[in-house]
This record gives sequence, structure tokens and C-alpha cells, in this order.
Amino acid sequence: MSGESNSFVRKEMISERIPPAAERGLFKWVRENLFSSVFNTIMTFVSLWFIYSIVVAAAPWFLNGIWDAKTIRECYDLLDGKSGACFAVLNERFPQLIYGFKYPSSEYWRPNLASILLLFALAPILFRKLPRRLLAFSAVYPFLAFWLIWGGSILTSVSAFLGCVIAIVCYRRFSSRSFAIAVLISLIAANVWWIIGGYIVDLNDSVLALKDVPSRDLGGFMLNLLLGTIAVCLSIPLGIALALGRQSGMPIIKWICVFFIEFIRGVPLITLLFVANVILAFFFPPGTSLDLILRVLIMMTFFNAAYIAEVVRGGLAALSKGQYEAADSIGLDYTQSMRFIILPQALKISIPGIVNVSVGMLKDTTLVSIISMFDLVGMIRGPILSSTDWNGVYWELFGAAAAIFFVICFSVSKYSQWLERQLETDRR
Amino acid sequence: MAEKLKLEVSDEIAIKVESMNKWFGSFHVLRDIDLTVNRGERIVVCGPSGSGKSTLIRCINALEEHQTGQIIVDGTELTSDIKNIDRIRSEVGMVFQHFNLFPHLSILENCTLAPIWVRKIPKKEAEETAMHFLEKVKIPEQADKYPGQLSGGQQQRVAIARSLCMRPRIMLFDEPTSALDPEMIKEVLDTMIELAEDGMTMICVTHEMGFARQVANRVIFMDDGQIVEQNEPEQFFRNPQSDRTKLFLSQILGH
Ligand SMILES: Nc1ncnc2c1ncn2[C@@H]1O[C@H](COP(=O)(O)OP(=O)(O)OP(=O)(O)O)[C@@H](O)[C@H]1O
Ligand SMILES: [Mg+2]
Repeated sequence: MSGESNSFVRKEMISERIPPAAERGLFKWVRENLFSSVFNTIMTFVSLWFIYSIVVAAAPWFLNGIWDAKTIRECYDLLDGKSGACFAVLNERFPQLIYGFKYPSSEYWRPNLASILLLFALAPILFRKLPRRLLAFSAVYPFLAFWLIWGGSILTSVSAFLGCVIAIVCYRRFSSRSFAIAVLISLIAANVWWIIGGYIVDLNDSVLALKDVPSRDLGGFMLNLLLGTIAVCLSIPLGIALALGRQSGMPIIKWICVFFIEFIRGVPLITLLFVANVILAFFFPPGTSLDLILRVLIMMTFFNAAYIAEVVRGGLAALSKGQYEAADSIGLDYTQSMRFIILPQALKISIPGIVNVSVGMLKDTTLVSIISMFDLVGMIRGPILSSTDWNGVYWELFGAAAAIFFVICFSVSKYSQWLERQLETDRR
Repeated sequence: MAEKLKLEVSDEIAIKVESMNKWFGSFHVLRDIDLTVNRGERIVVCGPSGSGKSTLIRCINALEEHQTGQIIVDGTELTSDIKNIDRIRSEVGMVFQHFNLFPHLSILENCTLAPIWVRKIPKKEAEETAMHFLEKVKIPEQADKYPGQLSGGQQQRVAIARSLCMRPRIMLFDEPTSALDPEMIKEVLDTMIELAEDGMTMICVTHEMGFARQVANRVIFMDDGQIVEQNEPEQFFRNPQSDRTKLFLSQILGH
């Protein structure tokens, strides 16, 4: 064998060429995904026919839709026998769907402002890249939103906020001694402040006062958003605490957490809401009563927290024992190892589960319509459908409610997928 | 084979274990362990699988609790007092068989976390220390990567650097090379040899007998939860006394 005939030296380098047309872009995608085999081709045509029939059936209903009418009869007159939607109801009852039927219309700007500010408050929590200083606004936001939505003097919110600040300062001050003492002292300090603050607020109840709006006047989608946001935001930390408590080496804490989680998970949410509505009232001395919204919020938070606790427990169990040991062996104490090592990893694993549970909670806020609160669904079922003007416009109303919830839940789910990818690139 | 390390050992006692016993449930894993380690000693612990080697060194930094007897590390007795335990853990570095780096933190963050939060060292200074030790284990250029991006040998060297950043006075190694491919074992052993040259007090569970010969000033053989034999490496390998030791040595050196 001669070395001559086997050797080869390239004289000219081959320049880059585009792939043949059949292997490019849309054409390639269609061929590979829709017509790759006989069966796939048939399925493609069947599906296309199916989509076509739905569009053809539904299009006139949407296209003929009436947006401007005072009653359902006016709608029918305008439609004149054609099939068509009566979207006019959304137009005419828009404020009721969003704010409920009792919120004073002169004050609509307050919930509007609160929801816009909500976006700013959530942004630094949801996006780690934003400057951390913005979190200061997130901390103030709940108190600001309370003042905006319920009205009254701003001093109430300021006093509540200061109480929390005092509690945190006390906790920081004493946490080096002992966790239990620090918690106790900060609770006492905050409560003392709140009692003092309560008197001060009573004396000056007109400082920057907005018109009072009692809880029973809140309604519409605003109520769903309010319940959902607060319940989800509170239940995540509570759920994490329950999951950690369930793992705790201290039997009493462990059993309390286990009992709480198993009890709440064993009871349907709707039962808890009835309890909130009726039975909780028995536990308070006559004359005093906890606000209904607050009672419902407590139940929803507990319910969601119990589920989140189980999701987080799964995340904790997925970590290897080595991570706990490594954290211990470099001298981190319990709080530090949870904060820096265990929870960041466990929560990352738990994100899909937490989002799953929380999206469910957002949708379940509509269950409050059953205990005669007028949330979005409550408004539709109650005041709107039972009015003689709009009796019978089911599709349009419930379709709109579904669309609103879909947009919100879909965004939440997209966000969580984005977050997972973000955390993933950190690793690889 | 490299030259035998000649390093002096001080009289100061670093670790003292006295008639220590440990049970897992009713299983008696460690039986009447007596062990004194002076500052600057390099001790290699070997023995068959399940003999309690890992359990012994895990007791020394309280990853496992012992039931009777005493363990005194650096003058502090290990009790159930959490303050003592945390103090001892920050003085004693531990390197695991499976590295146990924190996968969600960069190499640099792995190394600076404990100094910043346990030792309360300013971030800047902690990062300088971390880079110093990463240079010592010869991977400063990986500082910004994540553990998942490194080879096994590199990960184990990061784990060593992470422990060193706490400036421990004692280092414990639990089979640091047994999860590694042969070509990576050397780089980790070299790092450990350098550490020994710097006078670190070390207890090392390993079956690397070359390492034991070169670095250790004492080899301890354990079986069935007891210390069966301990001696200088030369004597230990050339002239084992107990039958169990002879059997063990013939098994690991025999082929
Ligand atoms: N958490 C535990 N619970 C119960 N038994 C355990 C536990 N950890 C270890 N053991 C048992 O204790 C004995 C000693 O284990 P140890 O891990 O100390 O052995 P080892 O000498 O390190 O072995 P190897 O060389 O395989 O690492 C073994 O029989 C093991 O099964
Ligand atoms: Mg072992």
C-alpha cells in the first residue's frame, strides 16, 4: 500500500452554504410535525376540520356581539333573530364585576391605584435582578394598600407598620440570646405599641382620612384579587414554616405541625369557609367580631399553607443528607443552614408544586360566593343574573370571568416556568 | 515513592477520646474507643467496610452523637450543648467522600459563606481568603463556576478549600478519594500532602496506603467498632501484630 494514494490535502476550504429549501424553516417544520406519516397526515386534516367547525360555529356569535345595550331585550331586538352574544352586559355592569355593587363609585380610584402599586410591590420579589432597595416599597405596600382600600385615617396603617418595625428591631436585638426570648419580646413590644398607637389613632382619626369602606362593601373581581394575593403571599412563608416544623427534632412542635397539616388537608375548603362564616363567630365574645374577610383570609391561608407545607416537605426530602451535614460541618447554625443551603435548593425543587397549589387557591377564591360574599362569581350569580335586565346572559358573563382568571393563572404559570429556567442556568 | 514527611508533633493535645461508646439503636458501632491526637499529628484510619471508621470521625465533629465516654476537641468537651457543638464545628474542617459542595452556589460563594456568616468576616476579606486557598488547591480560575461544572477531583479540592477558609485547627477526611477516578486521586492527595506539610492536624480515613506511608505518623486499624491496632506506618505495614490486621493488609495489598 503506497502512502501516496491514501494521503489527501485540501486545496480550497469549503465555504458555508444554506441548507436545501426542503430542509429549511416553516416548510421543514410542517413536513416533520404535521405530515411525517400517513396517520399523522390524516390526524392533521381531522384536527384542521375540527378547528374549522368550531371557528365557523362560534365566529358569528362573537362577530355579531352587541356591545351597546341597556337590557337583554334591547340586545335581542338589535340582534333581530341572528345568533350573537350580548357583551353589552359586560359594558354596562363593568364596575359591578370589578368592584362589587356597594363600593362607592367616587372611590374607584383607590382600588385602581392599589392594584397598580401592587405590580411595583411584587416586581422586586418576583425578579431578583431588580435593585434590592425596591423591597422597601414591598414592605410598606400592604399597609398602604390597606389604607387605600378600606379608607380611614392613614395613622392606622402607620401605627400598624411601626408596630411591625418595632417587632423586627426587638427581634434583631435579642435574637443572639435565644430565638424564643426574641420572639416573645418582639411580640410583647409590638402589642404594647399597637395598644398605645390605637389610642393615638382614635384621638386623631381625621389625619389624611379617606372615606371608610367597610369590608362587606368590597366585592367583584377586586375581592378575588385581594383574597388570592393575600392568601398566597401569607401561606408561602407559613407553609415553609410548617414544613420545617414537621421535620423538627422537637416532638411538640412536630406534632402540632403534623396535626395542623393533616387536619386542614382532610377538610374541604368550602367547609372551612362555612366555619369562617358561621362557627368562628361563636368563639368571640358577643359584640366583638372579627371581620368576615379576615376570617375567610385566615381559613384560605391555612388551607393553602397546609398544601404548600407538603410540597416543600417533598423538596426538603429530595435533598441529600450530605447537604445538611456539609452545612453543619462548616459551622452554620440551624437558621443559617436553612436560609443559605437547604431552603434555596428545596424551594427551587418545590416551585412547580407551590405554583400548582397557589393557582388553585386563586381560582378557589370564587368559592366565597357560596357564603354570600359578592366576589366576581357572586356578583354574576347574584345581583346581575337575577336582575330583570340581564336575566339569562350566562355565556357572556361566565366566559368573561373564565377569561379573566385564565389570563392571571396563565401568567403565573408562565412566570414560574421562567423562574425555573433562571434558577437552572445558575447551575449548568 | 516520595520521601517520608518528617514533621514534629507538639505535646499539646488536639483531640482526646476516652472510653467512648456509640450505638445505632441496639447495634454497638463503636466500642470503648480511646484515642489521643496531638497537635500536628497526621493519623490514617483504615479497616474493613462497616468497621465504624466514618462513624468515629463523624462523632468528633458531632455529626453523630456518642452515648457514653468523653470527646474533647481543642479543649472543649462535646456535649449536647449546641453552642459547644457549633464552636467545635467551626474549628474542625470535614471533607466528605461525595464532596457535598452546595450546587446552587458558585465555587467562591461555597468558600466564603461560612467565614462571612459564622466568623463574621467582611465579604471582601473572606473573598481574598477564599482566593488564597483556591490558589493553594490550584483552581483559582474556577472561582466563578458552579460545582456541577467541575470534575470530581476539582470538586474535592474545592471542598478542601471550603473547609480551609474557616481556618480550622483540625481537618477530618472521610475517604476523600474513593469516589474519584484514578487520574484524579493524585491531585487530591497532593493537596492533602501539602496540607500536612503546613503542619495541619489531620485524621484521614483512607485506603491509600502510599499516602499513609508518606504522610501519616500513626496508622490506626479498626475492626468491629474497636481500635485493633495502631502503630507507626513502617511498623504497621511491615510487622502487623494482630491476625485481623494481617488479613486486612493481605487483602488490600495482596493483589
Ligand atoms: N445512621 C445509621 N443507622 C444505623 N446504622 C448505621 C448508620 N450509619 C452507619 N451504620 C452502621 O454502622 C456501621 C459502621 O458504619 P460506618 O459508616 O462507620 O463504617 P465504615 O467503617 O465507614 O465503612 P465504609 O468503609 O464502608 O465507609 C455499619 O455496620 C453501618 O451499617
Ligand atoms: Mg465510611
